[in-house]
Amino acid sequence: MKLFRYFPVAVDSIAANKMRASLTMLGIIIGVAAVLTILGVGRGASANILDEVASQGTTRLTISPSTESEGEGAGAPVQTLTMGDVRALSDAAFHPDIVEVVPQYGGSIQLVAGSNNKQTRVTGTTADYAEVHRLEMAEGRFLTEDEIAQMSNVIVIGTAVATDLFERTQVVGESVRIDGEPFTVVGVLKESGNAGFGSNDDSGFIPIGAAHGRIFNVPRYRGEYIVTSVSANAVSEERVEAAERQIEQTLRLRHGLGADDDNDFTISTQASLLDTIGTVTNTLTLLLSSIAAISLVVGGIGIMNIMLVSVTERTKEIGLRKALGAHTSDVLLQFLIESLVLTLLGGLIGIAISYGLALLVQRIPNFPIDLLIGVDALVLAVGVSASCGLIFGLYPALRATRLDPIEALRYE
Amino acid sequence: MADSSALVDMHDISKVYQMGETKVHALNGVTLSIEEGEYVAIVGTSGSGKSTLMNIIGLLDSPTEGVFAIRGQRASGLTGRQMADLRNMEIGFVFQQFNLLARTPAWRQVELPLFYANVARSASRKRALEALAQVGLAERADHRPDELSGGQQQRVAIARALVNRPSLLLADEPTGALDTRTGEEVMALFEKLHEEGLTLVIITHDQEIAERAHRVITMRDGVIVSDSDAATTTASGFRNGLSGAAPAPLPRPVAIEQDKEKMYEAV
Ligand SMILES: Nc1ncnc2c1ncn2[C@@H]1O[C@H](COP(=O)(O)OP(=O)(O)OP(=O)(O)O)[C@@H](O)[C@H]1O
Ligand SMILES: [Mg+2]
Repeated sequence: MKLFRYFPVAVDSIAANKMRASLTMLGIIIGVAAVLTILGVGRGASANILDEVASQGTTRLTISPSTESEGEGAGAPVQTLTMGDVRALSDAAFHPDIVEVVPQYGGSIQLVAGSNNKQTRVTGTTADYAEVHRLEMAEGRFLTEDEIAQMSNVIVIGTAVATDLFERTQVVGESVRIDGEPFTVVGVLKESGNAGFGSNDDSGFIPIGAAHGRIFNVPRYRGEYIVTSVSANAVSEERVEAAERQIEQTLRLRHGLGADDDNDFTISTQASLLDTIGTVTNTLTLLLSSIAAISLVVGGIGIMNIMLVSVTERTKEIGLRKALGAHTSDVLLQFLIESLVLTLLGGLIGIAISYGLALLVQRIPNFPIDLLIGVDALVLAVGVSASCGLIFGLYPALRATRLDPIEALRYE
Repeated sequence: MADSSALVDMHDISKVYQMGETKVHALNGVTLSIEEGEYVAIVGTSGSGKSTLMNIIGLLDSPTEGVFAIRGQRASGLTGRQMADLRNMEIGFVFQQFNLLARTPAWRQVELPLFYANVARSASRKRALEALAQVGLAERADHRPDELSGGQQQRVAIARALVNRPSLLLADEPTGALDTRTGEEVMALFEKLHEEGLTLVIITHDQEIAERAHRVITMRDGVIVSDSDAATTTASGFRNGLSGAAPAPLPRPVAIEQDKEKMYEAV
């Protein structure tokens, strides 16, 4: 095809003006690499969070007390969710779609071992907690039904707690003191490897009875200890909504709420959590996209600058080419292909750089974020940079082809 | 209109540049015709309009007023494409300022007209190197303009003008940057090609070169003040056929009728 004739010309022209070519390409490289990296980080971050949430099960429901809306304690949780509610919800006859109901009462408290101590979030709960929250053990086991029933002084701790208190993780059988009472370590949780969302590395778990009766000074409501939250598992992902309705019904009834009263608790499902996270990450992506757009503009301006600076030289060149017999189409094709070669080359280098970064990031152990490069980001970055190159590369060509050759040759 | 046998036919050509308020009349009613196979020198003071005239003949510039025809075809009626093809195939132009491409090797510069003539790349390289050899620059084929002397640059420009075997060579002071000997060699090359049929129009300030031409046109302030071929400047300005009456300043070599290919093969 005749078009191929212009490639050597374009390549010659690029080779003859290496400085101009590399500066133009630099604009494109920066634009493409910046956009891909920035958007990649955003995507990676949200994918990580969503993975984390999904890995904790999609059938889980979490019930927590609403916050006081008025009066002295406004903002504090309402103290109406109790162990009585937990027992009621555990009745499978009325709640066919709920399988496990797990109460939690947690607070931050000092753990002591020898001369070491550590402020830790300690949660009193039941044996099913491990199942509902998909905990995995590194050492030992989780709390047992027996220990829950007998309110034994046993504790399961996260790896961070273990290393802070004992400088190692094989600590099953060791003793930890809470508020002067000795607790035997029966298990150590697997490290989550994720310092962020949903990590249990820095927590401890004890039988709910021990938390209620001895460790925390827990208030009662209608004679029952209150809890800070209740987790439940629906029988299946499809039955989550039905489970939610069953819980709502029972709790409204038990809390004596009239038809006009609002719920004094909230039920959140993993699905609703995913929704919330989706909204947050969308906002994040939007923010990152604007930053990416700015770097594209910066890259584009770089390209524009260098193209405009070279206009004089190019105008003269076009005058000469026309004087020697070039048709307008010859000139335009040459410039088009030259811009194309430059932008594609720059685009490829930009892509290579961002993929290089992505690979690098994957090699860093425990780096919290993957770099996910989407096809849309790729198209966007290369598209915008290439258009800058094309538009500003063709601009002098279009203008000069309209001139008489001698005028273009004289152009200053 | 004019006699279609003339290669170049100009009638009452003016070129006016608007410089703010004032108008510069670079050409002011020039009437001229040049026959195929002529050897013409254009002389005149600096700024008298010689380059402007030559740019119009070479289809690089358009006149403000007047009728200009090449091979009997009015330039105003030609499309951009046709003009480009004429510039490419028929006309060789040696610019006063050389006009070489920056940072481009000499042979690539010389090859350019062949590229636009769709000559295959292998053949065009060979022909470019031959043209460079003609002007004594075989050794400098890979040099870029900034690695060449002024005279060498001028010779690259000359090689480029000749490479596509034009039938009309327009040279704007082609020996301006050359020493006497190199200048003489270039003139000898031109004259050899002229003997083989090339129409030669040369702008020069050099009296000796002007005297070698068979016809000398003198310009001043945008008009032709004298033309040694008196018959060509009749009142109407249009000559009717080739006038053999005009005595040539030098013995005129017999133009041998040869086809273009052969004529260049000989070089
Ligand atoms: N682009 C232009 N704009 C304005 N004036 C011009 C332009 N080009 C040429 N002129 C004017 O037209 C006149 C003729 O210029 P031209 O270049 O034809 O002269 P010349 O005879 O070739 O001179 P020289 O021997 O110095 O090359 C000059 O007065 C010049 O100033
Ligand atoms: Mg001049």
